[in-house]
Amino acid sequence: MSLVLIAEQVLNGLQFGIMLFLMAAGLTLIFGVMGLINLAHGSLYMVGAFCAAAVAGATGSFLLALVAALAGAALAGAIVEMVVIRRLYERDHLDQVLATFALILIFSEGTRWIFGSFPLYLDVPSYLSGPVTLPGGIAYPVYRLALIVAGLLVALGLYLLISRTRIGIQIRAGENDREMIAALGVDIGRLYTIVFALGAALAGLAGALVGAIQSVQVGMGEPVLILAFVVIVIGGIGSIRGALIGALLVGLTNTLGGIFLPELMKLFMEPSAATSIGASLASMAIYILMAAVLILRPTGLFGARA
Amino acid sequence: MTRESILNAVILALLVLVPAWAVLADEPFTITLATRAVILALAAVGLNIALGLGGLVSLGHAVFFGLGGYAMGILAYHVQAYEPMFEWPFLFEGSKSMPAIWLTAILVSALAALVLGLLSLRTSGVYFIMITLAFGQMFYFFSISWSAYGGEDGLSIYVRNGFPGLNTLDPIQFYGLCLAILVIALVLASRLRLSRFGLALNAARQSPKRAEAVGLQPFRLRLTAFVLSGAITGLAGALFADLNRFVSPAMFSWQMSGEIMILVILGGVGRLYGPVAGAIVYVLLEHVLGGLSEFWHIYLGLLLLAVVLFVRGGIVGALSGRRAAHG
Repeated sequence: MSLVLIAEQVLNGLQFGIMLFLMAAGLTLIFGVMGLINLAHGSLYMVGAFCAAAVAGATGSFLLALVAALAGAALAGAIVEMVVIRRLYERDHLDQVLATFALILIFSEGTRWIFGSFPLYLDVPSYLSGPVTLPGGIAYPVYRLALIVAGLLVALGLYLLISRTRIGIQIRAGENDREMIAALGVDIGRLYTIVFALGAALAGLAGALVGAIQSVQVGMGEPVLILAFVVIVIGGIGSIRGALIGALLVGLTNTLGGIFLPELMKLFMEPSAATSIGASLASMAIYILMAAVLILRPTGLFGARA
Repeated sequence: MTRESILNAVILALLVLVPAWAVLADEPFTITLATRAVILALAAVGLNIALGLGGLVSLGHAVFFGLGGYAMGILAYHVQAYEPMFEWPFLFEGSKSMPAIWLTAILVSALAALVLGLLSLRTSGVYFIMITLAFGQMFYFFSISWSAYGGEDGLSIYVRNGFPGLNTLDPIQFYGLCLAILVIALVLASRLRLSRFGLALNAARQSPKRAEAVGLQPFRLRLTAFVLSGAITGLAGALFADLNRFVSPAMFSWQMSGEIMILVILGGVGRLYGPVAGAIVYVLLEHVLGGLSEFWHIYLGLLLLAVVLFVRGGIVGALSGRRAAHG
């Protein structure tokens, strides 16, 4: 096991974690501001990926595809918020879970209806394909490196948006006391639509960016959604900073666990058994991490309320 | 008699009469559909104890459903393949006997519910939903990567397991067996809600602080409810696997958890017969809509959305005319 391999896997873990962050940030923002648990967030990820694949197929431009993913997911999010989600804020979590589960069924089958069951492919643009040599002689795909950079830029942008702008002040105020800011004259309905669309756009962007590495297909959003849940449980619900730390932890644990646990097991047992037990353990690693965090801090690393 | 208890009697009578109708109308497939509905109803009766009585929104009940399924799959697989399950401390060849399988399913899922409950009941609200969902995924991925028992492909059991004195290969007899278990579970659930434990649990759901103030221990009550709930859903998993003669990681999937929860909510949360009504309607919808369109999930989704947004209290609530789910 060489250092180069380890460095490569750490980068893979970072890349995965950053993409999880884009999902988790929207989820945690929506929960923090509106108190809504949104299972359909994975569908918005899928919508973003399909918009990108369709536009890239028609125009051949990757940048246009990304714009389409952002716009398509934000639009879908805004419509869903105005038609359905708006009625759920005053309901309990059970109704929210069920209604958003119903939305998943509608989105998934609707997408299958429009695009068919076969996966679509979104190509990495030529200027981002191929490897780049990093200091230390590590050859790493440019695209994955670009994902890390893009994700970090989005995280920075989100930080600036929330801490420096007027809308950010309203979002933070909405988290603390929604009645009060409504009384102060902020249009709370509009604010909710904007926050939901923002979260949707982040999910759609993640879908499009990851869609270029994996295939774009129906049901791609749900595994990521559940990992994003793990992320915000670890980070603390409502905390963007928690989402970032949690996402990186989950990304690194998942990627490194898959590589190192089988190797680790080989020290104790015969190779074939080690590989299968190591793989089983690796698939459970992030959930064990989550359980450990919960035992120490039931509201997550940066969470204030349950 | 209230309208709800009349409705319950009608539902039960319908289930009892299904085999007679199937024989008279010469539609034997109806019995398989009804068996499916009865088993899913049993799983949902289990969830309803946690959800309706305890207020625990568990999106991970597929864990117990799947464990029950795999308890059946693994025990029967060893007999089928002539590979003893273990030889030490005594030779154990597995089992093809339903009572033994059921007992294993109940014990294993109760134990899992105890461990998961100890971890996840430390939290509440939305955390609890996400954590149960995540633990469900953990079992799902574990079952996929555990290649000794079929991994992603699952396990096929060619002959349905036996029950002393019955021919379980006969659909009507197997249906009768499943229905009997469902009725026992319903009696148990109705006794439970009127027992001291049920009342205390209800109090802890409505107001944990007040419950604590009068000397109850909400955590213990919830944990007990979660374990009971998991055990019943586990038993349903074993029956479900026997119905299909097949287990696969799909039984652990989060869609399965969602489906069990849909049954409860469609029927009416906290209603004794809610899960049964929900399961019957769900299986009928699946059959009818599935025959009409390949994309029947869209209609299911729209219907579900309508139920959540406009019909509060589910089917039993709407038909019995009583809004309060918790009497």
